[in-house]
Amino acid sequence: MIKTDAIIIGAGPTGLFAVHQLGIIGLKCEIIDNLNRSGGQCIELYPDKPIYDIPAIPECTGEELTNGLLKQIEPFKAGFHLGQRVEEIKQENNFWIVKTNKGNFFSAPNIIIAGGVGSFEPRKLTLKEAEKFEGNQIFYSVTNKDLFQNKKISIFGGGDSALDWALELSKSNEITLIHRRTEFRGAAHTLSEIKQKEKEGKILIKTPCNLKSIVGDKTMSGIEVEYEGGKLEKIKTDYILSFFGLIMKLGPISEWGLNIDKKTIPVDTENFQTNKAGIFAVGDICTYPGKLKLILSGFHEAALAARACFKRAKPNETYRFEFTTASKSIHDRLGLKK
Amino acid sequence: MPKITYISHNKEKITVEVPTGLSVMEGALQNNIKGIDADCGGSMACATCHVYVSENWVDKIEKIQDAEQDMLDMAYEPKKNSRLSCQIIISNDLDGLEVTTPLKQT
Repeated sequence: MIKTDAIIIGAGPTGLFAVHQLGIIGLKCEIIDNLNRSGGQCIELYPDKPIYDIPAIPECTGEELTNGLLKQIEPFKAGFHLGQRVEEIKQENNFWIVKTNKGNFFSAPNIIIAGGVGSFEPRKLTLKEAEKFEGNQIFYSVTNKDLFQNKKISIFGGGDSALDWALELSKSNEITLIHRRTEFRGAAHTLSEIKQKEKEGKILIKTPCNLKSIVGDKTMSGIEVEYEGGKLEKIKTDYILSFFGLIMKLGPISEWGLNIDKKTIPVDTENFQTNKAGIFAVGDICTYPGKLKLILSGFHEAALAARACFKRAKPNETYRFEFTTASKSIHDRLGLKK
Repeated sequence: MPKITYISHNKEKITVEVPTGLSVMEGALQNNIKGIDADCGGSMACATCHVYVSENWVDKIEKIQDAEQDMLDMAYEPKKNSRLSCQIIISNDLDGLEVTTPLKQT
């Protein structure tokens, strides 16, 4: 069990800035995210797209913003727990106990939920019978590529993940790449490599078509795809890899007894507390009259929630408002040398 | 004000007036139309405001951009007349537009 002053759920820009705001007032925190890296929507949805409305930064990408925030919070040495999702929270006296799906436990008087629109999960095949093959013949990510040796693999999707895995796995497997339209979206050199492999007969490309059905009951032996216009074709398949990006699901947050309104959590704008004392919500996941889903709003919300955490983390101390320009104690926390 | 008709996957029709300049997605949210999630809030980053545009309207809407087409690859059962409703901006020319929401968004 890790004990700390505040547990932050979600390592997107708002969660990362919450680390900063807790840190400068002398509070420790641990931050948990379902993804394997920090940055949240910024890094998953638009790492290369420029953002133009961060104060004093005329233009930056989602990735640059994330890197800047990570650098800014370095001095506070927050504990990062990536690649795990918070499953349960429960109250013990004035403390909240948080459990993740990897079996890690945390205890703190405060939780700051900076969960965006929920946790990212792979978008699954829409075919109902795909469910029963998931995890043994149908995969939405590749964790062990040794599984794929001299196999027939059907890869669905038209983006980088589908293209990169088609290339990689074509070294020792028969690949069929299936996409709903004829255009693929990928780096120019990737696309030309795909074309080359197609010429060599290492990768078969089927477009524009979609998965129609799965052949086989207990074991999948093949699939049937449907071309635009209705023509059907059977393809022998040992494995399906499907890359349709990520979706966001509120997930377990909805089971913690918090008030939820249209997938968002209503908060008190004085301190961004939810209906549970010591649980705060900031960023896209919170709602209140006038709420704007902007990164800069998330920063403001994190600043106020952090101050509210102070009272519960250090009930015997008095919080003093200080400026970073002038406060010696803040300079010490930032590790500045004279 | 232009009238927009939202048709659910089971053919229930709701017609609402939406001010010009708003997107078809915003029109749905403001009128509590079910079937459009709009998780990313209109930044063309999630494909959960996916709609099918009625055939007779497809050519009257501003042409689809590459980035929107890429995003539609991720949508639930995209078809030829698929669009992201956050990218359809309502003008007087679109008065009477009909869009159908898919069975689900994710």
